[in-house]
Amino acid sequence: MIIQALAFYAFAFVAIAAGVMVVASRNPVHSVLFLILAFFNASGLFVLIGAEFIAMILIVVYVGAVAVLFLFVVMMLDINFVELRQGFMDYLPVGALIGFILVAELAFVVGAWVVSGDASMVQAAPAPAAAEISNTRALGMILYTRYVYLFQAAGVILLIAMIGAIVLTLRSREGVKRQRISDQVARSREETIEVVKVQSGEGV
Amino acid sequence: MFLNDYVLPTAIIVAQILAIVVPLLVSVAYLTYFERKVIASMQLRKGPNVVGPFGLLQPLADGAKLFVKETILPAGSNKLLFIMAPMLIFVLSLIAWAVIPFGDGLVLADINVGLLYFFAISSLGVYGVIMAGWASNSKYAFLGALRSAAQMVSYEVSIGFVVITVVLCAGSLNLSDIVEAQRTVWFAIPLLPMFVIFFISALAETNRAPFDLPEGESELVAGYFVEYSSMTFALFFLGEYANMILMSAMTVVLFMGGWLPIFDIAPFNWIPGPIWFFAKISFVLFCFLWVRATFPRYRYDQLMRLGWKVFLPLSLLWVAVTAGGLVSFGWLPNQVAG
Repeated sequence: MIIQALAFYAFAFVAIAAGVMVVASRNPVHSVLFLILAFFNASGLFVLIGAEFIAMILIVVYVGAVAVLFLFVVMMLDINFVELRQGFMDYLPVGALIGFILVAELAFVVGAWVVSGDASMVQAAPAPAAAEISNTRALGMILYTRYVYLFQAAGVILLIAMIGAIVLTLRSREGVKRQRISDQVARSREETIEVVKVQSGEGV
Repeated sequence: MFLNDYVLPTAIIVAQILAIVVPLLVSVAYLTYFERKVIASMQLRKGPNVVGPFGLLQPLADGAKLFVKETILPAGSNKLLFIMAPMLIFVLSLIAWAVIPFGDGLVLADINVGLLYFFAISSLGVYGVIMAGWASNSKYAFLGALRSAAQMVSYEVSIGFVVITVVLCAGSLNLSDIVEAQRTVWFAIPLLPMFVIFFISALAETNRAPFDLPEGESELVAGYFVEYSSMTFALFFLGEYANMILMSAMTVVLFMGGWLPIFDIAPFNWIPGPIWFFAKISFVLFCFLWVRATFPRYRYDQLMRLGWKVFLPLSLLWVAVTAGGLVSFGWLPNQVAG
């Protein structure tokens, strides 16, 4: 129990510190690396509450895929740090507004969870003990039965986002030479090689 | 009380970790020797044969040589990340071994989401490469890192789908359960196309030939670790080879029945499980080296085409086929009532 508490404080402290460093560090690459550290500690917190499946998915999806692409982009940016600092005060009101909205929404969520009648129903829903049923199975059983429509909707939204990204970036350029593997494979000896008998002293 | 609750379990865990890591490091050292010998005999050469009997002390000599060299920190590099990158790669290649079952119950951490844990750790390997390429502040290193990032992310997707087919057949994310589910037939047989895709993706994921473009010594000198020297360089190599062994171990666990014997009959099941496991890993590793000695390096666009346009649709199709087959024949493991 003591170890668990210590681990909780360690994870929580590092997660918050890393979150602060994401905003505070001067180098954007360092920011992304701190973001990854924050993800890691969040996943550690998930493990501590017994949500091992979500912890691993968090690492696979966010750290393993999303943050890689993030880092990829940030590294290639040519950023002037001095210029970046100058805009800080201009963006402060907008940032503060977004922060305020987030805090307010969090407050709503927590408030609804505590006082709302619907939420009390969810809270009262029987949750099987962790030893009885594995995390993965429990999630699967609720996700594909009770929330199946929401799950499908989330999938459709992702699909639309994907198509949108492709449409936005797809440009058809003229005159690009592309390799067509099927054409190459379908080539026959007759249409590629011509055997010529060259008379000596005359050339082709 | 304090002794029994904390000190003793810690000591046991440390002993278990050492029992995995020390043989692993020895295997890594001798994998380099094995590689040189295998490639040498495929090219009708002798390979290392001077240091010690049959050249057996060659890996130790190489290690000692790297150890006494000077560590060079390039002037324009980001020092902290430059040092951290090789350490990260090395550590990541070791910690994934926590969930690998060596025999029946012989596993350090028998967690329910073992497969996801392995997948999470292997998806982190790319950070060591990117950090090394970026922190070196060198064009070659950076190009190597970019290539590697794109390559590892692409092939992870198809590995993910392959893993899903295995999970569908085994009905569990626990690696020991997956091995046990192969008691009747190894998954390599019903899922043969997935087995092949997994093996090829494993080659790409570990940046091995013919997908070793991140290193690409003919165009990028040595890719992302061109600026590294001495032990920092050695850590990259140790990490790469430990990752090779790890991916072989995963191939064995997922498709070749882990510690189970080939046939569950008399002469085969006398041999203990860990020895079977080791023999199968050695075979897969041999295939890694065999591929390296046989195939030329892929061109980069071909590599991407293979990952996204061949493997991804094929593995996605196979997920649908496997799921449909399991449901329609009623072969789903762990049927949930209702």
